[in-house]
Amino acid sequence: MESVFGLVGKDFAIVAADSSAVHSILVHKTNEDKIMLLDSHKLMGASGETGDRAQFTEYIQKNVALYQFRNGIPLTTAAAANFTRGELATALRKNPYMVNIIMAGHDKDVGPSLYFIDYIASLHKLDKAAFGYGSYFALSMMDRHYRKDMTVEEAIDLVDKVIMEIRSRLVVAPPNFVIKIVDKDGAREYAWRESIKDAPVPAV
Amino acid sequence: MSIFEYNGCALVAMVGKNCFAIASDRRLGVQLQTIATDFQKIYKIHEKLFIGLSGLATDAQTLYQRLVFRHKLYELREERDMKPETFASLVSALLYEKRELAKDFVVAGTASESLYGACESMFKPDMEPEELFETISQALLSSVDRDCLSGWGGHVYVVTPTEVTERILKGRMD
Repeated sequence: MESVFGLVGKDFAIVAADSSAVHSILVHKTNEDKIMLLDSHKLMGASGETGDRAQFTEYIQKNVALYQFRNGIPLTTAAAANFTRGELATALRKNPYMVNIIMAGHDKDVGPSLYFIDYIASLHKLDKAAFGYGSYFALSMMDRHYRKDMTVEEAIDLVDKVIMEIRSRLVVAPPNFVIKIVDKDGAREYAWRESIKDAPVPAV
Repeated sequence: MSIFEYNGCALVAMVGKNCFAIASDRRLGVQLQTIATDFQKIYKIHEKLFIGLSGLATDAQTLYQRLVFRHKLYELREERDMKPETFASLVSALLYEKRELAKDFVVAGTASESLYGACESMFKPDMEPEELFETISQALLSSVDRDCLSGWGGHVYVVTPTEVTERILKGRMD
């Protein structure tokens, strides 16, 4: 089961997700990127049914871009989170999206923020959040070690502690993780934590 | 598990002498896991009108957004706030229910059975705001301590004709 977690630091927010794409007992790939860049200053980490995840996150990304095209200014993180919740809530009693989302963003006036949106469209603004079986370990580790206004080094150290815990204590532990960060300079990939690399495919 | 017990909630409201109090717990959970300890369940519609929504958090948020939308339109048209009785009709129409106006207290949520007992024994009619605050807080905290799905503190609003006081209660954080 997929693990996604995130936390807010001094002037940034971090989202980390495992990167395995699994179908029953088969691991399709171990470098699947589940954290989408919604725009220059927003990240959306998603876990859940693979097709729904890819389709729904792309849908949100394109609508966020459309807003910027139409209005000339980007959406705030809170607005994007509420829009996402609205889409999930509308679909909930027709054709629900089985996607859990952690949305992180940085706004000039508000600073960094993190939103928890579960698949039945419950929205809450938090400092730390996690989904999946890994959440049992992630939330406990973060409850113990998280402080307000951590530096990037301290936050990454905590993320690594969480990844270590998931790897060692979860029976079907995902081997690889991707970490992305968003701050005043924008949203970008920070690092991969790989313990298994896919075998390279030789050129034909 | 019932969808009303998915997120966990405890709500209580009491009437006093020319005032009322409404209180909720602060937990947001997903079944056995606690996600947040600062989740808002009581929403302000206008200065003298509060609504507490228990049950499934996503539906509470959707319903609140719909109610605020309807109230804002009403405010624009009528140039005044909605009376509580009118608002209650609006809510019950949205929920297809026959509403009942209680004269003493109302309770809702996963801790409702404990709340009924606590309120029945602690409530007195015509309490002043300070005593009302004490009573509702004690009723809330003692009830949520017997319910694993609600708790992690309390949120109490006491409303009098002249002011609204909002207080956070520190209860057992477990």
